[in-house]
Amino acid sequence: MDFKTISFVILAIILAPLAGGLLAGIDRRLTAWFQGRFGPPILQPFYDVIKLLGKEPQVVNYWQIFCVHMYLVASILCVALFAMQADLLMIFFVMTIGAVFMVVGALAVPSPYSQLGAQRELIQMLTYEPLLIIVFVGIYFVTGSFKIDAILDYERPIFLMLPLLYLVLTFALTIKLRKSPFDISASHHAHQELVRGVLTEYSGPYLAILEIAHWYDIVLILAICSLFWSTSWIGLVILLAVTYMAEIIIDNVTPRMTWKWMLTYVWAVGISLSFFNMALLYAKSF
Amino acid sequence: MGFFQDLLHTSRVKSPWLIHFDCGSCNGCDIEVLACLTPVYDVERFGILNIGNPKHADILVVSGTVNPRNAKALKNIYDQMPDPKAVIAIGACGTSGGVFREAYNVLGGIDKVIPVDVYVPGCPSKPEAIIDGVVLALEKLKKRRPEKDTEPLVADLKKAREFYENREDRQVTR
Ligand code: SF4
Repeated sequence: MDFKTISFVILAIILAPLAGGLLAGIDRRLTAWFQGRFGPPILQPFYDVIKLLGKEPQVVNYWQIFCVHMYLVASILCVALFAMQADLLMIFFVMTIGAVFMVVGALAVPSPYSQLGAQRELIQMLTYEPLLIIVFVGIYFVTGSFKIDAILDYERPIFLMLPLLYLVLTFALTIKLRKSPFDISASHHAHQELVRGVLTEYSGPYLAILEIAHWYDIVLILAICSLFWSTSWIGLVILLAVTYMAEIIIDNVTPRMTWKWMLTYVWAVGISLSFFNMALLYAKSF
Repeated sequence: MGFFQDLLHTSRVKSPWLIHFDCGSCNGCDIEVLACLTPVYDVERFGILNIGNPKHADILVVSGTVNPRNAKALKNIYDQMPDPKAVIAIGACGTSGGVFREAYNVLGGIDKVIPVDVYVPGCPSKPEAIIDGVVLALEKLKKRRPEKDTEPLVADLKKAREFYENREDRQVTR
């Protein structure tokens, strides 16, 4: 590792939560605007997290503390791996470990809300993980590598070759952002569903840590999205802005769905879209 | 140190999360509390969220009178909230028992069971008065420190385990 990579990694670890929090603030403001309200200040997510950090630590058992920290470490590691331009599959596995630890922490508590939320979270993971793998395999077919530096070296935007797979990736983005219609385990913006689903039994500073880890996750998924137009900055910014705007609009116009609907719909649509995209790729190469 | 303390105090004032508990109210006050969330009053612009979980909440908003049955539930919810926390009693019923104060099963206002920081009068209280009450409660909450915990965490967890094992004795309804 040379000096440039190390500085990249440090910069990413510091800037990612700031960007994630700011994004969450803008998101809340826009959502309020869509609903005809004024909305909280842009810095609201930071106020929330600082307030939570200053509250009394209250846990039900040790597992919660351990799991929360493992989730945070895994999320930071993912962002660091991305900044190091490591392997996409490696990042995927580390991300999964973090998500699993959050579920384990919720399952370690006898509260029925937290248990039910954890099981729903597992189903959500079951929904988006195969699709994420398919997206990575699609990227591999185009660029010939899972390494991010090789993907960045590819001379055309891969969005042009994989438009349908990008749509599939946005399903995973919606689930990771905890947005409607896929917010069945715990919803964004502190809406009430199953009390708070997986987050019910985490409180005070531990909830703050989960929130920070969530910001890292959002930044990571958006970074993966940005790989699809890595050739020019303007294209990248436009692609991300349009994607996020679409997410907010979908969040506001769709109701929450059941897990059965989510699983069948996302798998059916996602897998057929990826199939078409792959067929298109092969048709082009002949 | 001063900088971080100030930051914490501003954050506390800017992000109060409420939990609303209906302690046997006639629903008049409940509807007024919910009215605060509509676009007309839009309390989210002050960072106020109505959150359904005592473990995440900072301010307990209670409407209605206390009777021997729901006193247990009220106390339980209050105990689940991590410090620092504040309590607001809403309506004539919440503050003193209101029109029901002489009923055979009514203990009186919320302060018969838990310490109350702010009393919001009215039957029902206006949404503006409720928002005012939250602002008053925030003034009190701002400088409050979590109580010094002398017990080690292990003892706490042991107590929690016992508490869970005796859960059947505490059930409000059987
Ligand atoms: S104060 Fe009036 S409106 Fe409120 S709960 Fe009591 S009787 Fe109902």
